[in-house]
Amino acid sequence: MAQSTAAPSSTTQTVTPLPLRTLAPWAVFFGVLMLVLLYFVGAEQGATAVLSGENVHEWVHDSRHLLGFPCH
Amino acid sequence: MNSVTVRTLLVRGMLAGLGAGVLAFVFAYLVGEGPVNAAIAFEEANSHEHGGEELVSRSLQSTAGLATGLLVFGVAIGGIAALAFCFALGRIGRFGARATAALTALAGFLLLYLVPILKYPPNPPAVGSPDTVGKRTILFVLMIALSVLLGIAAVLLGRKFAPVWGNWNASTAAGVAFVAVVAMAMAVLPSGDNAPKGFPATDLWEFRTASIGIQAVLWAAFGLTFGFLAERVLEPRPARSPASTVTA
Repeated sequence: MAQSTAAPSSTTQTVTPLPLRTLAPWAVFFGVLMLVLLYFVGAEQGATAVLSGENVHEWVHDSRHLLGFPCH
Repeated sequence: MNSVTVRTLLVRGMLAGLGAGVLAFVFAYLVGEGPVNAAIAFEEANSHEHGGEELVSRSLQSTAGLATGLLVFGVAIGGIAALAFCFALGRIGRFGARATAALTALAGFLLLYLVPILKYPPNPPAVGSPDTVGKRTILFVLMIALSVLLGIAAVLLGRKFAPVWGNWNASTAAGVAFVAVVAMAMAVLPSGDNAPKGFPATDLWEFRTASIGIQAVLWAAFGLTFGFLAERVLEPRPARSPASTVTA
């Protein structure tokens, strides 16, 4: 962090955007990971299934309904 | 501004989402379980099949199961929103960290939930045939994708015309364009399933308002917590000169 000169008026300083190059790998990897989580809460063993059975569906049943996903 | 910042913001976004998920769970347990139970009672009174042994008991579904779903959902949307925040920061206008976080959360609530459910509303148990769940899931995901893409397009449009028309006029025009195109898409897309005959309209209404409440609690709690946490990463308080020597 640089030295703080005079009175730092936070209202006037503009925010520098985070460079896309540093953001991209995080966005891709964690974006996909988060979508997988959403899939398991929202759709697994409903419309399609990766795991067999009904356990995931039954376990998150109430949250799936209440979050707005088509459940069954 | 390096990848350490992105990592910190991502972690804080997921933590804020986790906390928001806890709040949403409390709300869902208090407000949402009543209509769900009423719908299940209707289903059992009217079905001829069903009646096998249940894999997960109702008492688990309404507590641990509900909590699992909402906490995982909270972490997931927290992560996604944190990444969207990292992109939006400094790119959507002259907003600081907190305002950008609030706007990101508002956009998430509107684009990922409220706009899609206007066309395909949440349904309690007993509403919607299991035979059509595939079609309904595809249409719901399609509606979410459409709403997100049109939302991004509206922001780009607003940014493009802001220097010419001014912020207020450009934002209004972008908003109107968004509503118009979304309305056209909703008019064209097929409708969802009907509730079965005799299903109480009040229960349906209460279930749906509970669902909206849960998502509103989740996104509001996320936006406010994450804004607070992100601001402390991005705009560290100017060190008071005498005490600043301690940290080095």
